[in-house]
Amino acid sequence: MTTTRPGAAPSTAAQTVLAPIVFGVAVILLWQGLVTGLAIKAFVLPAPFAIGAEFAANLQNVANGMAVTGGNALIGLILGGVVGIALAIVSALARLFDEMAAPIVAALSVVPIVALAPVLYTMFGAGAETARQLVAALAVFVPVYFNTLKGLRQVRPVHRDLMRSYAVTSWQATRVVTLPTALPFVFTGLRIASSLAVISALIAEYFGGPVGGLGKSITSAASSSNYGLAWAYVLGSIILGLVFYSAALIVEKLVTRRSGG
Amino acid sequence: MTNNSMTNTSNTTSNPAVNVRGVGRIFSARKGPGVTALEDVSITVAPGEFVSLIGPSGCGKSTLLRLVADLDTPTSGSIEVFGKPARQARIDQDYGIAFQQAGLLPWRTVAGNIELPLELHGMGKGARRRRAAELIALVGLSDFAANYPDQLSGGMQQRVAIARSLAESPSLLLMDEPFGALDEMTRERMQNELVRICAETQAAVVFVTHSIPEAVFLSNRVVVMSPRPGRIRSIVDVSLGDMAGRSEDLREDEGFFHSLSQVRDLLHGDEAAGVGTPGAGVRGVETR
Repeated sequence: MTTTRPGAAPSTAAQTVLAPIVFGVAVILLWQGLVTGLAIKAFVLPAPFAIGAEFAANLQNVANGMAVTGGNALIGLILGGVVGIALAIVSALARLFDEMAAPIVAALSVVPIVALAPVLYTMFGAGAETARQLVAALAVFVPVYFNTLKGLRQVRPVHRDLMRSYAVTSWQATRVVTLPTALPFVFTGLRIASSLAVISALIAEYFGGPVGGLGKSITSAASSSNYGLAWAYVLGSIILGLVFYSAALIVEKLVTRRSGG
Repeated sequence: MTNNSMTNTSNTTSNPAVNVRGVGRIFSARKGPGVTALEDVSITVAPGEFVSLIGPSGCGKSTLLRLVADLDTPTSGSIEVFGKPARQARIDQDYGIAFQQAGLLPWRTVAGNIELPLELHGMGKGARRRRAAELIALVGLSDFAANYPDQLSGGMQQRVAIARSLAESPSLLLMDEPFGALDEMTRERMQNELVRICAETQAAVVFVTHSIPEAVFLSNRVVVMSPRPGRIRSIVDVSLGDMAGRSEDLREDEGFFHSLSQVRDLLHGDEAAGVGTPGAGVRGVETR
């Protein structure tokens, strides 16, 4: 751990796992030491052990919150992903559509999409999760659309010539060459979108709608001065974001193994 | 598939494989008159004949090949392939093509890449498998059928590309510097293999190259081209016997050296060669 260099094969696996764990434990201990040593008030920064205790005590509630927010994020990810990929394909095939869509998508990408949440709550009713799912879907749509469209334009000239020499239909060429070429870009877009989906679904809860999700739970715990619990929900959000990101990363790695050369 | 190859055979009996008549190609520029890549090029390739196009960069040899393949359209003149317009020949899949880059699909195995044209043109799965196995054996890659392109060397990838171009038993092969990116040793081995494959398949070949020995070793005729504008300077008959008789020994043959120096002289615009039109000295051709 201490003297072996990264090149040495046997210790690298242990190093990659061990090093961040040791660092994490050190940070937590330092944090705990600072909070108790300097007698920092809980509303400023609770001690990590206190957060951990709240997390363990309210495991069921945190898990429920994660399920609600995670469900919204997942629906948003799927909806935004499907629409993003479909519209990117249309844009790649029809130049006119691309030119019409470009300014709208560009505008969409600079709008803070969670700002739409209050409007959407009025549209779909404050008792439904629809508004949150749509916010997540909109946030997902932008990176998926742009990355897919970029990927669809990566077809190598030699492959284009080959397809022309085979006299195939444009749909055949899309299926055989264009889509597989674009696939790594699609999954990069989805990976970026996966964490955006969680963040958007969570932030959207701050603007209204039914209780139960992580965002609502954080605000209600904080407003009732239960700071340890609020931080336990924050911990739940971090875990949820990591789960989404890692899942997307694993899928990306699996799918794009063979698209290098 | 059977029908297809039958029509191809009937074609070969009556018409030349390629008939290029007075073809010109001008690439229009944003301002100015544009670039004349080809000017008044005429050439006929007989069925089963191996013709090389050689010349320095910018002489339009690749452009000419792309026009025959209908990957590009001529500004003037006409191109017929087996008596049909080039476009119709492309739609009827009368030719197979190989490029300087192997252009394999990295997400498909060797077998998958060779099956690609067959799959696109609706051949059944079983027949496809058998044909691919046949072709893989022909190019000597039987142990690598299940490998992916990134696991193969450049020479092996190029052999897969050649097998793919042969998949539908075309009566015409178009090859655009297929060995251009290979090292000299691999290159000579690939040339020997191509000679063998051509003898077996009886296909006519139009072969674009930079290399004089390569052109002479492979061809029945070598078309020497000159640049700016791209024109045919001369056509050299290489009388080294038919494909089946060509082997490694040929590289030491006197006739081989004779044709070699003939092509070289033409490329360098040497009037003493007795043929060819006057032109500026031509650079950029490999004489090794």
